Amino acid sequence: MVSPPLIYVLLMLAFPMGAIILFSFWTQEFMTLDTTFTLANYREIWEKPIFAALLQRSLFVSGCVTLVTVILAFPVAYFVSFHVAPERKSLWLFLITIPFWTSYLIRVFLWKVILGYNGVVNTGLIKIGLIDEPLTFILYNVNAVIITLAHAFAPFAILPIFVALEKIDRSLLEASQDLGESKFTTFFRVTLPLAMPGVVAAVLIVFIPTIGDYVTPELMGGAGGKLVANMIQTQFLALNNAPLGAALAIVAMICVTAISLLFVFLNRRWLRGRS
Amino acid sequence: MTLRIYAIAYLVFLYAPIILLPLFAFNDATIIAFPLSGFTTEWFQQLMTTQALHRAAQNSLFIAVLTALLSTILGVCAARAGAMYDFPLKRGILGLVMIPLVLPEIIVAVSLLVVAVQIFDVGLSNWTVIAAHVLICTPFSIAILNGAFQNLDPAMEEAAMDLGESRWSAFRLVTLPLVMPGIIASMLIAFTISLDEFIIAFFLTGANPTMPVYIWGLLRFPASLPVVMALGTILVALSIALLTCAELLRRRGMARVGLKDKGGFI
Amino acid sequence: MTGLIQLNGVNKYYGDYHALRDIDLTINEGEFFSLLGPSGCGKTTLLRTIAGFEGVSGGVVMIGGRDMAGVPANQRPTNMVFQSYAIFPHLTVAENVAFGLRKRPDIDKSTAVDAALDMVGLSGFGHRVAHALSGGQRQRVALARALILKPQVLLLDEPLSALDKKMREQMQVELMRLQRHIGITFILVTHDQEEALVMSDRIAVMFDGKIGQMDDPETLYRRPKTRLVAEFIGKMNFLDAMVKDADITVDVQGLGTCVIAPEQAPSGVTLGAGAVGIRPETLAILFDGETTDRETIQGTVAEVVYYGDMTYYDVTIAGIATPLNIAMKNLIGRPVLDVGDATTVVWDARSLVLLPAAA
Repeated sequence: MVSPPLIYVLLMLAFPMGAIILFSFWTQEFMTLDTTFTLANYREIWEKPIFAALLQRSLFVSGCVTLVTVILAFPVAYFVSFHVAPERKSLWLFLITIPFWTSYLIRVFLWKVILGYNGVVNTGLIKIGLIDEPLTFILYNVNAVIITLAHAFAPFAILPIFVALEKIDRSLLEASQDLGESKFTTFFRVTLPLAMPGVVAAVLIVFIPTIGDYVTPELMGGAGGKLVANMIQTQFLALNNAPLGAALAIVAMICVTAISLLFVFLNRRWLRGRS
Repeated sequence: MTLRIYAIAYLVFLYAPIILLPLFAFNDATIIAFPLSGFTTEWFQQLMTTQALHRAAQNSLFIAVLTALLSTILGVCAARAGAMYDFPLKRGILGLVMIPLVLPEIIVAVSLLVVAVQIFDVGLSNWTVIAAHVLICTPFSIAILNGAFQNLDPAMEEAAMDLGESRWSAFRLVTLPLVMPGIIASMLIAFTISLDEFIIAFFLTGANPTMPVYIWGLLRFPASLPVVMALGTILVALSIALLTCAELLRRRGMARVGLKDKGGFI
Repeated sequence: MTGLIQLNGVNKYYGDYHALRDIDLTINEGEFFSLLGPSGCGKTTLLRTIAGFEGVSGGVVMIGGRDMAGVPANQRPTNMVFQSYAIFPHLTVAENVAFGLRKRPDIDKSTAVDAALDMVGLSGFGHRVAHALSGGQRQRVALARALILKPQVLLLDEPLSALDKKMREQMQVELMRLQRHIGITFILVTHDQEEALVMSDRIAVMFDGKIGQMDDPETLYRRPKTRLVAEFIGKMNFLDAMVKDADITVDVQGLGTCVIAPEQAPSGVTLGAGAVGIRPETLAILFDGETTDRETIQGTVAEVVYYGDMTYYDVTIAGIATPLNIAMKNLIGRPVLDVGDATTVVWDARSLVLLPAAA
């Protein structure tokens, strides 16, 4: 029963991944592919500072997006799980997920309208007299990229945390208070540790995909806000250097995976250390 | 109380871009900025007459319908296997099938590009986009269908067989009616994702662009932005309608098996 | 005599796990038969091999003289009441009951459904939505759904475990009445010894995939063959004993020497170390003013558990390591003793069961 989806994933994911790894050890001059095994692509990534800078910036942006998204999302998930009447929970979740499913490109573009020189934020702030000149640090830089991505991935962060919070047996919280903890300390000693699997899932589900987004940096990032995904895209589609693009994609994947694993590992140690 | 205010503020943040869409779609100005000038339906009329847009829309519909069908079929297989059977490496296999959910889309895009163009030399077409979209939609289908299948008592099909039905007719008479709402919800979600997906489609689309790829092209020309707003308004309205259907169906499915609703999709 | 259902040397493996070990079993026509045992003992697996949901790894399952190898569940003359009842939630009560009639044009649907619902006391419930039913009602629908097909054997997988105590006792009586009324074989799986004793003609007690003892309820209770069976069914006191000769003269720890009747040694007689079992209700406490012509022994009350109609005492007796558990009816004039009270315990050699020595 499970074999059709398994075969599909192997065929469409595992096999292409293998292909791209193989590809990254080849080279390409214009349209001709040289299939001799070489580390040249990786050497180029290692030696040219632009790649390291891009990777660093990408990881930094993904990290910031993850942090902002998860911190902003947790109270919402908590609110829906603990303070919304059971029959209205699915309505709240529905409202939270709807923007996520609607025209991604146009949503990103509209952030440009909101944050732009003549945008909603600037005209609004000028009208109420808080500022005289439009703010310029909120568009065409890393800040804009972070705000937009945090918006795009919000439901991805809320849902896993919500699921983890829903699973918490409410009598555990009463037990904690019965044993002398305040509501506040109960949150830190019971609720948060039990919600941790959801938080970890949220972190991973935001952190990993954001590294692969090139639309937001392209539209929002300006010259200084381009990320590694933009470079991969350029190598493949504009410069016709697929092997270098492949190597770059692999290096990016390895970095993301390594950081994710480190995070999961540290989190486990932290949870074990507490109990 | 402060938590409620925060949650509502958060919803406003989530909806901010979407609320702006219709404002500019009906705004009688070529620049997308405040203040608004006047009311017009001109941008919608322009949509009606743009041939390239219609072709892109047809492409996207074709891709989305097939993606919805295929990913739901795969999703049914996986969800049913996960809910009803035990087999070796079960967790590993079910985990592997869900991986595209967390994989950066650009990785999916470039690896399939390499395979399609450089290795098999099949050329890019709607089919390459469909192949990739099925890959990323299947985990969502599985997640939705898991809900439908896990609520099923495995004894139910056994009871049907005990009462004389064959394995297939037991599935058709008992399981299928119970999971039907989930199946339709899965198709609607996969359809919506595919219709909206850009990052992968941009790499894998052939001579005829999909709708998002077409929109991407328009975004570079300031003069065409109001038309994009009008198009966006239609797409958002369509998505919301589809998602509302999916959600209502999901709830009806839960009610049909007499379960209390505990949450939304995923 | 060949029974309706016959199992010979049935074995079942799940990978390395040996779920059923050499099961030999004969179940007769019209019998109410129970498979009793703790969870994980293989009783449900055994039921499912009869139903056809599990194949056997070795051995033969025969129903009505026919080898059932390769016969799927939907072609066996058995029907099942599932533990979860497996009522189809998208169908009404009547549609559930009529589910199996799709391939049975010989049976008139509406009269059969009415009759089946009437039989289980659910007349007039046909149009109800299945998932709006109570536990007891679901149970009845499951029964009607299985019985409408007129199976030779009805299989019941812990059918009463989801009900509360009152409902369970009521359903026990109803099931017995139903079985007597329609006269077909019932096979019941249960972990509740009381339920098995109340309802069954015969009981097979299972441990670790094996049948420990198979007998009618009274034999099983009065003359258990092993400590395991004795402990699983009711309460029993165990005393170390020494069998001195083939006439079953036994030295019992703390009680002294006595002779045990041959039928009270169901597992046979082995000279040397053994054990005897005594049920708590076959012992008695001699209250003030009561007399007895049976054996007596002195003891001290160590624990009192008051049940309303009964009081259970633990009485410490010199020479016996574990206090004896004694059940006393709270008749008029009988006081409830206190811990520490000195007391006289009455016992009788006729109620002793000779058992193999503790392992």
